[in-house]
Amino acid sequence: MSKNTLCLSVALAAMMSASPAIAQTEIAWWHAMDAELGQRLEAIAQGFNESQDEFVVVPSYKGTYPETLTAAIAAFRANEQPAIVQVFEVGTGTMMAAEGAVNPVYQLMQENGEPWDPSGFLAPVTGYYSDTDGNILSMPFNSSTPILYYNKDVFEQAGLDPETPPKTWAELETMSRQIMESGAAPCGFTTGWVSWVQLENLSAIHDQPYGTMDNGFGGLGTEFTFNGPVQVKHWENLKAWADEGLFEYGGPVGGGDAPPKFYAQECAMYMNSSASRAGVINNAKEFEVGFAPLPYYDDEIDEPKNSIIGGATLWVLNGKDPKVYEGVAQFFTHLSSPEVQAEWHQATGYLPITNAAYELGKEQGYYEANPGSEVAINQITRGTPTANSKGIRFGNLTQVRTVVDEEFEALLSGSKTAQEALDAAVERGNQILRDFEAANS
Amino acid sequence: MQTKRTIFPNKLLPYALLAPQLAVTLIFFIWPAGQAVKSSFEREDPFGFRTTFIWFENYARLFSEPGYVNSLTKTAIFAISVTLLSMSLSLLLAVAVNRVIRTNRAYTTLLVWPYAVAPVVVGILWWFMFNPTIGIAPYLLRGLGISWNHRVDGTQAMILVVIAASWKQISYNFLFFVAGLQSVPQALNEAAAIDGAGPFKRFWTIVFPLLSPTTFFLLIVNINYAMFDTFGLIDATTNGGPNQATNILVYKVYADGFLGLNIGSSAAQSVVLMLIVIALTAIQFRYVERRVQY
Repeated sequence: MSKNTLCLSVALAAMMSASPAIAQTEIAWWHAMDAELGQRLEAIAQGFNESQDEFVVVPSYKGTYPETLTAAIAAFRANEQPAIVQVFEVGTGTMMAAEGAVNPVYQLMQENGEPWDPSGFLAPVTGYYSDTDGNILSMPFNSSTPILYYNKDVFEQAGLDPETPPKTWAELETMSRQIMESGAAPCGFTTGWVSWVQLENLSAIHDQPYGTMDNGFGGLGTEFTFNGPVQVKHWENLKAWADEGLFEYGGPVGGGDAPPKFYAQECAMYMNSSASRAGVINNAKEFEVGFAPLPYYDDEIDEPKNSIIGGATLWVLNGKDPKVYEGVAQFFTHLSSPEVQAEWHQATGYLPITNAAYELGKEQGYYEANPGSEVAINQITRGTPTANSKGIRFGNLTQVRTVVDEEFEALLSGSKTAQEALDAAVERGNQILRDFEAANS
Repeated sequence: MQTKRTIFPNKLLPYALLAPQLAVTLIFFIWPAGQAVKSSFEREDPFGFRTTFIWFENYARLFSEPGYVNSLTKTAIFAISVTLLSMSLSLLLAVAVNRVIRTNRAYTTLLVWPYAVAPVVVGILWWFMFNPTIGIAPYLLRGLGISWNHRVDGTQAMILVVIAASWKQISYNFLFFVAGLQSVPQALNEAAAIDGAGPFKRFWTIVFPLLSPTTFFLLIVNINYAMFDTFGLIDATTNGGPNQATNILVYKVYADGFLGLNIGSSAAQSVVLMLIVIALTAIQFRYVERRVQY
């Protein structure tokens, strides 16, 4: 076939496949999932589009989470908003405050006669995304929680048992030192998302308040309290471990330098989102990876609490045709079906959003066949959640996380002590909260 | 001597001829700038539901914020270092190329290449070379006993972005300096040489003063480049960190407005930035240009 006929046939095929879509209602879905996650997401939309012929969901990748949120807000102001936008968990406070822009998902489902049972979702997920009346405002989609990845080969070389990952921070310290001193790896551990893993989750696991008024769930007047003794002790340790070389910093925000340190076998242990699982398995070709819950301080708490979630939910934006919302509701039913959820969860490492998807995975024998894949679920569902471990809800949290990163860097460079750095972060963070309160009341 | 002037009999025609340019200026420059000024006096939630007019509160908050004062200092350090480094190196290269007779075209072509690279790509390039984990530069520096980690060390981060920003600008400066050098009359140089002036003396007393219009022009361009066009580079290399060590004004505008969604503060910052550039350019034309010999 010549080049021209090829072009022609491609164009014809495109026209033919596009023509039935004219009669269909289009549902724009803006998201922030790139690479493999993006392909998985598109497969979900395609699955829905093939299952019926009334609606067509059109996913578009809009960059990182902050970029997607900014794009959606700008589009809303220009009245060009998508029906569905994926917003990361730190944007939750911002979205909840924007009442006029959002079509709450619990209402949407009821109005369009779709089944809606909040108790079907995993409890930590519903808790994190409900408003003060217990209503779910956005559709849970991809939720993760941080876990510990470790290099079994390095553990073995260092004379450690590769099947016994560290349970506590004290064990992690000794093991890191043994790994370094034995020459098995030049560094003990690294971490992605310092603010999320080493402060927000640290506080939840040790039942320490992150802010007043139930970690911000109680209202906009909340203030930060994450400069308590446990957090200060942990940051002091991190600084000491960084000086000794046991810990290596992977950079601000997501910590882009952290994964290569783990993949290149420079650091033997690595803390990051459970959704990094697919990436870790793909990149760790030369060694065997182990999975474990995050360590805790056993002198601070006997039974560590559940960790908290990260990831994103799907928000429905106002200002569209009622027909569009009917389609969105049907799409959400498809999205939360056990089959779709279980497949998404198993392929990506995100948590199964619903109990049914989790059960389905158990029936399929997925967790037995894939050791370590259940670590995140067990960690996030362990014990009874307290007000401190239910989650956090603050406006402008993106900026607060930046502040936390900056103060952490000040600590590492030696210009501040742990107490000073956390005090400064609390003070600057509170200023940001007051801004948010002023702009939204 | 009388200059020849075109007289338009029609009063409207000149305005009609100017209209397209004026429209472009109004729509793409004046209108957005006006919007920024307006937003800088307001406090607004991201979606634009609640807007409050708050006079100068955004500005007052800005100047009482240590982060902003820090950003001003960092911008000054950054802009001055980039301008000095890129201009002096490109002058050196231009003078060197100007003395090479046979292959100067080849050198010129090669030296212009970096200018064609997009700022973000430049950022990624240097980010790779200086990556504390996988970069080649930290590996070599370790051999010299220097521990390189610009993720933690603010001074190293600043050095990194200055090098990266200068590297990209050298091509542009180089091109202008080469052109400038070619217009220096050879006769003056030769006359000075006959009078016994060495190459150094000749450069500083003849070539450099004659180059001053080019140098002056490049000074303005480089300062504006460092203050405005380096956003992509900072975003790709350091994200303004560590601990705001490379958080220059233009990056802070982006971070506060687009990531932090604090539109009022971000608008106030861009207005301040606008004023700074207007002031700098005015000062340069008023005082520096006097010393330029055309």
